[in-house]
Amino acid sequence: MNAPVKTVGTSVKRTEDARFLTGRGRYTDDINRPGQLYAAFVRSPHAHAVLGEIDTQSALDVPGVAAVFTGADMAADGVGGLPCGWQVIGKSGVPMKEPPHPPLAVGRVRHVGDTVAVVLAESRNAAKDGAEALMIDYDPQPAVVHLADAGAPGAAQVHDDVAGNVCYDWEIGDKAATDAAFEGAAHVTRLDLVNNRLIPNAIEPRAAVGEYDPADGSYTLTTTSQNPHVIRLLMCAFVLNLPEHKVRVVAPDVGGGFGSKIFHYAEEAVVTWAAAKVGRPIKWTAERGESFMTDCHGRDHVSTAELAMDADGTFLGLRVRTLANMGAYLSTFASSVPTYLYATLLAGQYRTPAIHAEVKALFTHTTPVDAYRGAGRPEATYLLEKLVEKAAREMKMDPAELRRKNFIRPDQFPYATPVALTYDTGDYAASLDRALELSEYATFAERRAASEANGKLRGVGFSCYIEACGIAPSAVAGALGARAGLYEAAEVRFNPTGSVTVFTGSHSHGQGHETTFAQIVADRLGVPMANVEIVHGDTNRIPFGMGTYGSRSLAVGGSAIVRAIDKIIDKGKKIAAHMLEAGEGDIEFKDGVFSVAGTDKSLTMGEIAFQAYVPHNFPHDKLEPGLDESAFYDPGNFTYPAGTYICEVEVDPDTGHVTVDRFTAVDDFGTIINPMIVEGQVHGGVAQGLGQALLEGCVYDDEGQLVTGSYMDYAMPRALHIPDYRFDFTCTPCTHNPLGAKGCGEAGAIGSPPAIINAIIDALGPLGVDDIPMPATPHTVWQAIQAARASTAQAAE
Amino acid sequence: MYAFEYHRPSSLDEAVALLTSDDIKLLAGGQTLIPTLKQRLAMPDALVDLGRIEALKGIRTEGDSIVIGARTTHAEVAASEEVRAAIPALARLAGLIGDPQVRNRGTIGGSVANADPAADYPAAVVGLGATIHTNQRTIPGDSFFEDLFTTALDDNELITAVAFPIPQAAAYEKFANPASGYAVVGVMVAKTAGGPRVGVTGAGPCAFRAPALEEALAGAFTPEAAKGVSMPATGLNADIHASAEYRAALISVLASRAVAAIG
Repeated sequence: MNAPVKTVGTSVKRTEDARFLTGRGRYTDDINRPGQLYAAFVRSPHAHAVLGEIDTQSALDVPGVAAVFTGADMAADGVGGLPCGWQVIGKSGVPMKEPPHPPLAVGRVRHVGDTVAVVLAESRNAAKDGAEALMIDYDPQPAVVHLADAGAPGAAQVHDDVAGNVCYDWEIGDKAATDAAFEGAAHVTRLDLVNNRLIPNAIEPRAAVGEYDPADGSYTLTTTSQNPHVIRLLMCAFVLNLPEHKVRVVAPDVGGGFGSKIFHYAEEAVVTWAAAKVGRPIKWTAERGESFMTDCHGRDHVSTAELAMDADGTFLGLRVRTLANMGAYLSTFASSVPTYLYATLLAGQYRTPAIHAEVKALFTHTTPVDAYRGAGRPEATYLLEKLVEKAAREMKMDPAELRRKNFIRPDQFPYATPVALTYDTGDYAASLDRALELSEYATFAERRAASEANGKLRGVGFSCYIEACGIAPSAVAGALGARAGLYEAAEVRFNPTGSVTVFTGSHSHGQGHETTFAQIVADRLGVPMANVEIVHGDTNRIPFGMGTYGSRSLAVGGSAIVRAIDKIIDKGKKIAAHMLEAGEGDIEFKDGVFSVAGTDKSLTMGEIAFQAYVPHNFPHDKLEPGLDESAFYDPGNFTYPAGTYICEVEVDPDTGHVTVDRFTAVDDFGTIINPMIVEGQVHGGVAQGLGQALLEGCVYDDEGQLVTGSYMDYAMPRALHIPDYRFDFTCTPCTHNPLGAKGCGEAGAIGSPPAIINAIIDALGPLGVDDIPMPATPHTVWQAIQAARASTAQAAE
Repeated sequence: MYAFEYHRPSSLDEAVALLTSDDIKLLAGGQTLIPTLKQRLAMPDALVDLGRIEALKGIRTEGDSIVIGARTTHAEVAASEEVRAAIPALARLAGLIGDPQVRNRGTIGGSVANADPAADYPAAVVGLGATIHTNQRTIPGDSFFEDLFTTALDDNELITAVAFPIPQAAAYEKFANPASGYAVVGVMVAKTAGGPRVGVTGAGPCAFRAPALEEALAGAFTPEAAKGVSMPATGLNADIHASAEYRAALISVLASRAVAAIG
C-alpha cells in the first residue's frame, strides 16, 4: 500500500467549502422544530431608565402571542445573572466590581438595547406585534455615555454600588523603575490616543433555539457560539442552575464570530429557560439592528503613552495610562481584555527595560464591550507602534531602523518582558527585512514623487506587532484571575474499517478546521484525508473543550489532537508487536505502516485498527480492545506570533480620501499547516484592521442613542477598499507545542491599524499634520488638513 | 412588516384609480420602500405595484432628448447603448448607484419621486435640465425637488418618464459615503447650448443648481475656474459623515473634476 501524500504545509482546498458554497451549510436559523414559538425580545429605547410597571396583558392580547416573560418572572424562578469569567484584582488588592447582569432587566435598564422582556408567539411577525404592543413604564434617567466622562465627578451612576463607575483600577510593571528611566532620558515622546469603539458584524446574526424534553427533563440549546461547552457550563452553573448532564448545547455551522460569539448572552438563557416554561421549542434570530445594539462591542480605549529614550534612540522606559470602557455590564471576558490581553503586550518586539501601565475600567450606559478579533492586543499594538513611529519622527530616525535598534535579538530568547510574559522565540529583524524588500521600501521616494506630480500625497507606515495567543497555560491564567481552565480536548477514534473520526473542543466558524485538522491527522496516521472526519460544536459529541478564540485552535486544539494521535500510535505499536511477535521497542511507525525494525514484517494502520475492534489475535493480557484515545492539552506558555506590516497610502488632499495603495504583511506564525488558509486569515484580519483604521467607528449621541445602528451609517470594509496584499512568512517554530504552531487568526487585525495610520500621518507630514485619529475617514482627514493649513497660515502672518 | 393590501395593475389608469388615499403607496423597484416596511417604519393600507405597467418601461430618443420610462432600472440605464451614446454621464451615474442588486431593482421613477437628498439621479435631473413627465403634466426639473423627500408631485400624480435633453457634453462626479454608498456630494456638470449647468445632490436638503459655479464656468470652462469657487456652507447638510463646510468644499472639487472629465 502506498502511503497517502503528505499534505501538511500545502494549500489543500477547504473541504467544508463545498457545503457552504452550495447552500448546504446548516446554521442555527436553518433549524426549525415542530410546534416552535418565535421569540421577540423587547429592548430598551433608553440608555438609562428606571423600569416601572410592565403590562404583559397588552402583549398577550395580540393575536398569536402565547406568552410574555419579564425579569421578574426569571427572578421568581431563581435565575441568576450572566457571569464574568475573569476576576481582575486592582491596585491594593481591590477586586473588580461585578454588578448583577440579569438576562432580562430588573428594576433598571442600562443601555439602549438592554433586554427587558421576551414575547413568544406563533409567528415571527406576531411576536414582533406583541413586542411592539407591550406597555412598559420607563422613567428615563441621566446617562453617562462617553468614556472620558464616566469617571468625572457627578457623572451618572451606571450601578448604585459601583462608585465613580470604576470597575477596577489596575496596574502592571515596575513604577519606580519606570519613573527612574524617564528621569534619565534624553528624549521623551508623548502621545494621546483613542482606540475607536467597533461593532463586530458577523455575517450571520446571533440566533438561538431552546428545547425542553419533559420525557427525561433534558434541554437542548442550539446557538451561534464559538464555544458550546463554555456556554453550557456558564448557563448551567451560574444562570439557570441546571444539571450539566441534562443540557446539550449545539453550535452548528456558525457564520463568523470574531470574538462576538464567545460570550454567554441573555437570549441563550432566556430561550432555554422559557422552552421549559411553555413546553414548546423557542426560536430567536437577531435582526441586524439588534446585532448592532446587543452584540458585544470591541476596543474603546482612551490612553496616554510616553516613551523614554536615550540620545541614540535606545528605549529606556514606557509609561501608559488607559481608560477602558466596559459598557453597562461585565460581559464574559470583558475584564481580561484591557488588562492581561493588553498591557502585557506593551513590550512589543522591543527590549524596553522598564514599563508601567495603569488601566482603569469604567462602566457607561452603552452596550457591553468585550473581546473582538485581537482583543487587547490591537489596542496595545496601536499605542506602541504609533508611539514608536512618532518617536522616530521626533528623533529624525528611519522608523525601520529605530525599531531594529530596539528589537529583542534572536539570541535573547526566551525573553522575559517587564510585563509578565516570556517570549519563547522569534526573529523580528527577519520579518522586517523581508517586509522592507517586499514593499520596495528602498524606492518609496520615487513613488512619493510620482504621487506628488499627480497632486496626491503618499506616505509609508510601519507596524512591528507581537501578540500573545494560544491562550493559555491554565495555571498562569488562573493566577491572573481566569475562572476557567484554558486547555483543549480532543478524541481520535479509529473506526473498525480504518476511517477516523476526530472530536475536537475547538470550534470552526470560518477558520477551516475541518481541513487543517484533517491534514494533521492524515499525515500523522498515514490515512487519506478523505477518511478523516472532524466533529465539533456539540456538547453531546465532543469532549469538554474551551472552544475557539485568541488564535488558539491550532496551537492548543491541534496540539490536543496530536497528543491523542500519539496515544493511538503507542497502542498501535503494542498491538503490532503482539501480532508480529516482536518486542514493542522494535516496532517502528511511519506513513501508516507498523514494521519490525530491520525486517520486512509489517502491518498497516488499517490492519491494526481492524484487529483492535475484532480482537481475535490481540494482547488481551496487556490491552483493552478498541482504538479510541482522548487527550487534554494544557499549553506550557502563550505563543507569540509576530511580524512586520508596511502600508503605503495615497491621500487626496482635496477630499481627504485615503487609498491604501500597497500593503505588505510578513508574519511569523511558526509552523504552517495550510498556507492558503493562513493567508486567508491574514487577508481577513487586515481587512478588519483596515476597517478600524479607515471606516468603522461606533458613535453614540450624548443621550446614549446608537447613531451608527445600521449599515447606512456604520461603514464596513468592502472589496473596493481592500488593496492587493503582498504576503510572506518567516518561521521560528513555537518551542513548546508539538506542532510548532503559533496561531494566525488575529494578527492581521492586530498589526494593520497602526501601519495604516502611520502611513497617513507620514503622507500629511509635509502639510504640518502630526496626528490622525481612527477611523481616518475622508472627512476626518480633510478636517486635519484644513486645521494644519489654517495654523500654518496663522504662523506665517 | 405590517399587513397591507397588494395591487398589481396592468395599466396606468388602473393604477391611478387605485390611489384613493394617502395611505396607499406606489411600489416601483422597492429599494427604499421595502426596507422601510421591513423595519416597520411605514404602515400603508395598500401597495400599488407598478411592475406590470408596460407603458412605464423603456428608453427612447425623442428629438433632442433621451426619454426614460419611470419603471426603467438603474442597470438598464447604465447598460443602454442609446444613453451611453447620447449622455454617457447619465449612464455612468446610473452605474454608480448602490450595488448590482439595487441597480437591478431600483428605478429612475422611484428614485426621483422619493427625492432622497443623497440620491444620484436628482443631480442629473437638475444638472441636465430634465423634464419630469407625469400622468397629469410635465414639470421642469429645476422646480421638481422642493425639500427633503419633497417634490412638486401632487397626490395621485405619478411619474411616467424623465426626459433628459442631450447636452453637448456632461460629466458626473460622486463622492460616496463609504457606509451607505449614497452621495455625500454628487455633481453633474453639463455643457449646453444655453451655457453650463451644474446640478448638486447630497449636499443640501434636495438637489439644487449651483449658479456661482455655472457663472464661473461660463467665464472659463476649466477645472481651475470651478475649483476657485468657494461655495457657502449655509443651509447644507451636516451629519456624522460630513460637516456642511466639507460638503461645500466637495462641491467645488467635484465640479472641477467633472469639468476635467469633460475635457
